[in-house]
Amino acid sequence: MAQFIQVLLSGLATGSIYAMAAVGFTLIWQAAKTVNFAQGEFVMLPAFFVLIAHHALHLPFWLSLAVGLAAAVFVLGYLFKRLIVEPMLPVTGLPLIISTMALAIVLKESVKEFYGAEAQPFPELFPQDTIPVLDAVVSVQDLLNLAVSLSVVTALTLFLNRTRTGRCMQATAQNPDVAEILGVNTRRMVLYTFLINAALAALASFLISPVYLAKFSNGETLGLIAFIAAIVGGFNQIRGALVGGLLIGVLDNLTATYVTAEYRAALPLVLLILIIMVRPQGLVGTSEGRAV
Amino acid sequence: MRRQSLIAAAALAAATFGPAVGTVAQAQDKVLVPCVCELSGAGAVSGSNYRDGAKLALEEINAAGGVLGKQLVMNDYDTQTDPQTSRALVQKAIDDGAYVIFGTVYSGSTIVNMLVAKQNGVPQITGSEAPKITQLGNPYIFRTSSSAAKGVPALTAYFKQTLGTKKIAVAWVNNEFGKGGHDVFVSQMKGAGIDVVADVPSEQGQADFAADVSKIKESGAEAVFVYLNEEESARFLKEAKKQGLTVPLVGEVTLTGQKVIDLAGGAADGAYAHVGLTTGADVPSIREFARKFQAKYGRDTDHNGIKGYIGMYAIKYVTELVGSFDREAFAKKMHGLTLDVAKYPGMLLTTSWDDTGELSRESFMTKVVDGKQKVVGLVPAN
Repeated sequence: MAQFIQVLLSGLATGSIYAMAAVGFTLIWQAAKTVNFAQGEFVMLPAFFVLIAHHALHLPFWLSLAVGLAAAVFVLGYLFKRLIVEPMLPVTGLPLIISTMALAIVLKESVKEFYGAEAQPFPELFPQDTIPVLDAVVSVQDLLNLAVSLSVVTALTLFLNRTRTGRCMQATAQNPDVAEILGVNTRRMVLYTFLINAALAALASFLISPVYLAKFSNGETLGLIAFIAAIVGGFNQIRGALVGGLLIGVLDNLTATYVTAEYRAALPLVLLILIIMVRPQGLVGTSEGRAV
Repeated sequence: MRRQSLIAAAALAAATFGPAVGTVAQAQDKVLVPCVCELSGAGAVSGSNYRDGAKLALEEINAAGGVLGKQLVMNDYDTQTDPQTSRALVQKAIDDGAYVIFGTVYSGSTIVNMLVAKQNGVPQITGSEAPKITQLGNPYIFRTSSSAAKGVPALTAYFKQTLGTKKIAVAWVNNEFGKGGHDVFVSQMKGAGIDVVADVPSEQGQADFAADVSKIKESGAEAVFVYLNEEESARFLKEAKKQGLTVPLVGEVTLTGQKVIDLAGGAADGAYAHVGLTTGADVPSIREFARKFQAKYGRDTDHNGIKGYIGMYAIKYVTELVGSFDREAFAKKMHGLTLDVAKYPGMLLTTSWDDTGELSRESFMTKVVDGKQKVVGLVPAN
């Protein structure tokens, strides 16, 4: 029982971080009708912004985090939208998707070239203590990672549902033409979506890098898992991305612990195939209509 | 007119062949010892240190006049820690005129690419440690560190007598390096009457060790043998600390390496490892090497840096013993050779090779104390 609790909590903590990246996929899909194949690199890169601020500029760690977040929002939100997405929007579809693939390669190789190919230590955000929970020894870091991720996703959901700006963003995602007619500044709403995605990716980066270490190749795995989580949960629902992320995190850990460690990497792919065959809209997605 | 034509033809010939003659003459002053190493991918830590240690030695050798009057040149060939890429790069290095191939470090790559070097009769100085590498009958492969077949047995006495372990867990990486060490270890434990109660493989590049550590905790093991590559070792140590795994964690070669300590931070404290080489050894020549490395690169290195350094000096000494840049003679000379450190100081420790290219040398037991690797025991050469 103790082992099960430990593995479950650890899976939920990791899964909640996957969920934040998966929510980003959902947001970008709604805003630009594209799949951002650089999402994994969007999670990889902010850790290096923080390391540069902390080691090269000698800023205190918490200030470095703030600088990293601001840099991520500007580069991966504003610049991404202005320089990559906007020129491609008139020809949405394959060209934009391929552009994000190219962007992923550029980001990955740039970090490898200009920062280094080796993994870098990333300072812990939370204490490394453990607390007893029903015979299990549970990590405070896992609990806080889970709490932060769930809080952020909850806050985002409340923002989208309960604020005027959030409802305008939803309206833009559902029908931009009608939203514009009704006086919504759709360009600004789309920009906000990209900025929020960049912030989510940065937060995911700060939470996962102490465990995964900061490395240029992290984006490959994270991006794939987040993409699968978004599809499994439901690509047109934020709560779908949350469910998908948590599910994959937990199942991955349970499989590796109780079934087989050798084939744990295959689990998300098997899940993806099953969901597409049985319920293509995802576990909590809707089969028609769009909702952020 | 005819005279002018002759002069023009001579000028054209000189312009065409002159640079080539110059190039050949220039090339004859230099000898290529390419570093076919892991400079990116999962093995970047190991390969970069190996390359940098070798470069340090190369610069010293060239500054002292080179080898038999010629300067050594080392170009980088980044294998990206991919065996097939490393195979192609060894071929490319040979096509470029390599005298001796330097690398690779990852055993999975070496097992694949050494066949190319063997087919071309080119000696290869490897940093790999999988036992299989010197068991495949390749007369051109030579180690810069002892394999797991020699290193792991040194731990048996430690587990049985020092720790008094009766139940042990094994966490190992599922690649050629890990499989080789795992197999030797399990066989050693069986011979010593110690039960392996948890056998936990992981994948190269694996980031999440929650399940692995959980399985080990649940098994009731009294100690854990950790045989992972550097980054994975750091992640394992961090997860072990996170989950409160308090039994002794003992490794072979990698677990107490400097990069692992840098990556794992405080989680590395208390870890033990048997290592063939360590910059923490109280050996004047090794301390001097560590100082030089730090001065040149602004960072500490690990056993891979030492391997690279002594590997390059081995090329110098053996070539000088042979008296010419003869690859066949080089390989023949190395078999059964002992280089005494008193006479060959670049080797840092007295080193011997047997007929298979396997290396023997004294080694060390180490422990991480307050973020530093400390030598706590000496193991004689076997």
